[in-house]
Amino acid sequence: MTQNNGSPLIELKSIVKRFGRVNAVNGVSLAVKSGESLTIFGPNGAGKTTLLRMIAGLVKPTEGELVIAGEEVTHGHHDDLRRRIGYISHQSLVYQELTARENLVFFAKLYGVSEPHAKAETLLKEVGLESRGDDPAQTFSRGMKQRLSIARALVNDPDIILLDEPFTGLDQHAASMLQNLLKRLHSEKRTIVMITHNLQVGLEMGTRVAIQAAGKIRFDKAASEIDHAAFTEVYNGIVGSAHY
Amino acid sequence: MKRFLSGAAAIVRKDLAMELRGKEIITTTFMFSVLTLLIFNFAFDMTSVKVEDVAAGVLWVAFLFSGSISMNRSFLHEKEEGCLSALMLAPLDRSSVYFGKMASNLLLTLLSMAIIIPIFTVMYNINVMERFALQCLTLFLGALGFNAVGALIAAMAVNLRAREMMGPLLLLPVVAPVVIAAVKASGGLIRGESLDQIWVWFQILAVFDVIYLVVSWLVFEHIIEE
Repeated sequence: MTQNNGSPLIELKSIVKRFGRVNAVNGVSLAVKSGESLTIFGPNGAGKTTLLRMIAGLVKPTEGELVIAGEEVTHGHHDDLRRRIGYISHQSLVYQELTARENLVFFAKLYGVSEPHAKAETLLKEVGLESRGDDPAQTFSRGMKQRLSIARALVNDPDIILLDEPFTGLDQHAASMLQNLLKRLHSEKRTIVMITHNLQVGLEMGTRVAIQAAGKIRFDKAASEIDHAAFTEVYNGIVGSAHY
Repeated sequence: MKRFLSGAAAIVRKDLAMELRGKEIITTTFMFSVLTLLIFNFAFDMTSVKVEDVAAGVLWVAFLFSGSISMNRSFLHEKEEGCLSALMLAPLDRSSVYFGKMASNLLLTLLSMAIIIPIFTVMYNINVMERFALQCLTLFLGALGFNAVGALIAAMAVNLRAREMMGPLLLLPVVAPVVIAAVKASGGLIRGESLDQIWVWFQILAVFDVIYLVVSWLVFEHIIEE
């Protein structure tokens, strides 16, 4: 499933995304190796979500080239690639009127999972929602919705996991549960790209850290090379100097 | 083909399960239709107007307006909590999403019709289903054309700021040929006209159904992608 020949699993080459006259992403080049956990920080409006949605195949770049698993997918992801991607957003991406179980079975069927009901049960246990499986998602707290959203994203057993502000609105318990789950997923050699505003969590989770501001990547380093204590200052300096 | 059908079927089952739970669309369309029928009942002086002449028009106005509300609502469900993105992420042909949404809305429209027609019969004291098979065919073809283009326009409108208003505003002019043909066919059947007299309206309905289905199938992918 993973690509271990040394070439990047995800490669963005001079990617630009324009919405009308606004350049949301402005010439980003980035390469993510298989099994890497990349955290992208950045202020609101930096183009992080657009960047992640392009990797997920939800948005097409205006310019540049997007290569995933050695294939050029700038103009759209094919079905086999979609099966390899799990996407978690600050929105839950689940149907509020359906129960947790119904949601997972529905998405498992869309992904062609051979035993959708069994898969749903496994995932409900994994995210600690087995006792609430028959309750509609609209009765869930924000933390529970996020856990269901994670289960939905894992329904296809993806090796590329994209997370857009997954910790937004989570209480301490839910945040720590999500952190543990992400650590486990990373230990399984899955490739993770996460966007977050939470510097502490982002530094802890990422093996590599980038800062995006005004549509460009302005900082990109291995987490091991970063002085965590001084990072806030570095971040503020970069964000402050970026022109909006 | 198997993946296409299973994807569309999963969307239909999901939409129907959601509607059975919330009964949001059926309740709204039922209330709206009853209100429409009631207003027309008071608006026309039935002593000077033959009910056979206005029945089809009144019925299709009720179907049309309640259907546009229902169609809009169905796509708003997809927009809430980013569910449309979740569908787009799945390894699923975009046309499978279109046909799934179209089919579930078609079923709900037919269900609404099955509820509205008996109420109409009681309120206006006329049996519009006397020529049952042909009237069912008219209702089906009209509903198919309406939903074929309705699903496309609702998908387009759901990304607009004034989506609640823009959906019906865009839909009504486009769907007019189907509604006119359906009113003519239904009216002819109610008035007891011969099949030869109304056959042309069935042909128009069928042609527009095919055009709307093919065009919507071809452009749906481009409409929903950002």
